[in-house]
Amino acid sequence: MDVTMAQPTAKRRGLTRTTRRSLLWGLFFVSPWIIGFVAWTVYPLLTSLSLSFTRYDLLRPPIPIGLANYTELFSDDPNFPTVLFNTFYYVVLSAPLGIISAFLMATLLNTKIVMRSVFRGIFFFPAIVPAVVTATIWQFLLNTQYGAINATLAALRLPTVPFLSNPDLIKPTLIMVHVWAQGSAILVFLAALQDVPRQLYEAATVDGANAWRRFWNITLPMCTPAILYNMVTSFIVGFQTFTFPFLLLGDNGGPERAGQMYASLLYQNAFSFLRMGKASAMAWILFIVIMFFTLVLFRSSARWVYYGGEDAR
Amino acid sequence: MLANAPVPPVPGNANAMPRQRAPESKISVLIGIIKYALLVVLGFTFVLPFIWMFISALKNDPQIYTIPPIWIPNPAFWSNFPNAWTQYDFTRFVFNSVFLYGLPVTFGVILSSSFIAYGFSRLRWPGRDVLFGIVLATLMIPYAVTMVPLFIIWKNLGLLNSYSPLVIPAYFGSAYGIFLLRQFYLSIPQELSDAARIDGASELGIWWRIMLPLAKPAITVVALFTFIGTWNDYLAPLIYISKIELYPVALGVNLLRIAASSTGTSANVYPNLMAVSTVVTIPVVILFYFAQRTFIEGVTTTGLKG
Repeated sequence: MDVTMAQPTAKRRGLTRTTRRSLLWGLFFVSPWIIGFVAWTVYPLLTSLSLSFTRYDLLRPPIPIGLANYTELFSDDPNFPTVLFNTFYYVVLSAPLGIISAFLMATLLNTKIVMRSVFRGIFFFPAIVPAVVTATIWQFLLNTQYGAINATLAALRLPTVPFLSNPDLIKPTLIMVHVWAQGSAILVFLAALQDVPRQLYEAATVDGANAWRRFWNITLPMCTPAILYNMVTSFIVGFQTFTFPFLLLGDNGGPERAGQMYASLLYQNAFSFLRMGKASAMAWILFIVIMFFTLVLFRSSARWVYYGGEDAR
Repeated sequence: MLANAPVPPVPGNANAMPRQRAPESKISVLIGIIKYALLVVLGFTFVLPFIWMFISALKNDPQIYTIPPIWIPNPAFWSNFPNAWTQYDFTRFVFNSVFLYGLPVTFGVILSSSFIAYGFSRLRWPGRDVLFGIVLATLMIPYAVTMVPLFIIWKNLGLLNSYSPLVIPAYFGSAYGIFLLRQFYLSIPQELSDAARIDGASELGIWWRIMLPLAKPAITVVALFTFIGTWNDYLAPLIYISKIELYPVALGVNLLRIAASSTGTSANVYPNLMAVSTVVTIPVVILFYFAQRTFIEGVTTTGLKG
């Protein structure tokens, strides 16, 4: 193995024999990823960028049209600002709310309780059920006339809530369901909570710190890496939200497109209207937005994320 | 491993100095009551929608639309289950989901990711960490950016309406799987590999005979997440598969949903939909029930560090 692979790079300068050996083995092991990265990521990424400057309907060859897709999105397409606003509204509220509630629920689950694993499983459950099922259930539960929630309200002679038919309530409803399905964030926080060294709490207790001080000065700082991780994931996933709103509210996101997400308009442009160029332009704008927010989060993390000193891994 | 470790005392637990015990124990009883009340209320919020789904699956149309809602349908229409199941060929959809999609993808992801992760953790070579940084950075790339060109590629290859576009990429590693397994490999002592090397084992042999068996817990986690991911996936099959006989479960359920929204008057639309939704959820529940420990341990042991 070594002999056949060594030839092309054998003359690299400054590498000892052992380094060269592990370099070749290393490249050998990661080679499937490199091939896949080029084939399923780099090449499509570049194709998508070049397509975004064309008009392309899959039938005729792409026609170069310069920046027309981008200018159309920002000046000529009334749906674009709508989905942009909807998606920002959704992400900016659902990410922090989801993370705060997930953190509180993880703290609750991490205390001494009987049947801990049962509660843990229940709290995690909504996150692993197929989106098509949760969308079906919520569509049914939230229905204004016969949905269980409104039927109960009606039976109690309380006013009913048009969750999915009033444009003002659609986005808060989507955020509510997002907060309901926080399983994976809870799991990440549970892992982080269990990693907090026990001695820190003991030392703080000896020094007279009460429960609140221990939470504020030990638990919270020790969990900031997990908060950053969940924050970044929520933003990346949030900006791409597609399946749940698409299934709950339909292709156009309900009345006045109040619940149409960015990814859903993108999907429509690509596969309903066959406007591949415009869809690619939308995809690149989304990519830049996500990169920007991820960068801002990582940049800001130096100020608020605490990495324990003894971390050798 | 870590899931069995003693839980660190957490705010709210009385473990203070002896002289403080008397006043604190009263407070801790109160806190205990609040804690369990919260747990139960929250637990109901998470489970009730699914219980309601099951209850609704047993109703007929008049029972579904009754106000106030009926909690225990009498009579219960168990026949909704076989009726709904055969309305479309759901047995076929399950077969497609498991054998054409879920298992091939899961096998590909664990095989390739465990292989690739070895190169990113057990060997030290120039450029390794930069390349691994790129692996993590790919998690940031929205699916939408590569979606259109990939669709065009698979269309030109004549592979639309097949599972190839969904399965083949899995054999080139998933960033998430690589990350998780790399973290796990890093926690295995280096001396183990050194000893094997002295005994004349090749890197390939070390990966296959030593690392793979040791990494079983982490591989189980990756396999479970991957399989459940395919079972739940909606967007990717929606793009590539339009023949109904090739549909996976998620698209099959949506067929019933479309029927529910377009023909609101036809009989038993909601009970049927709820019956199928219940059946489709059961495998996830079973997998999760048996794997809960592995799930949580996996996340705990592999951690977020590094």
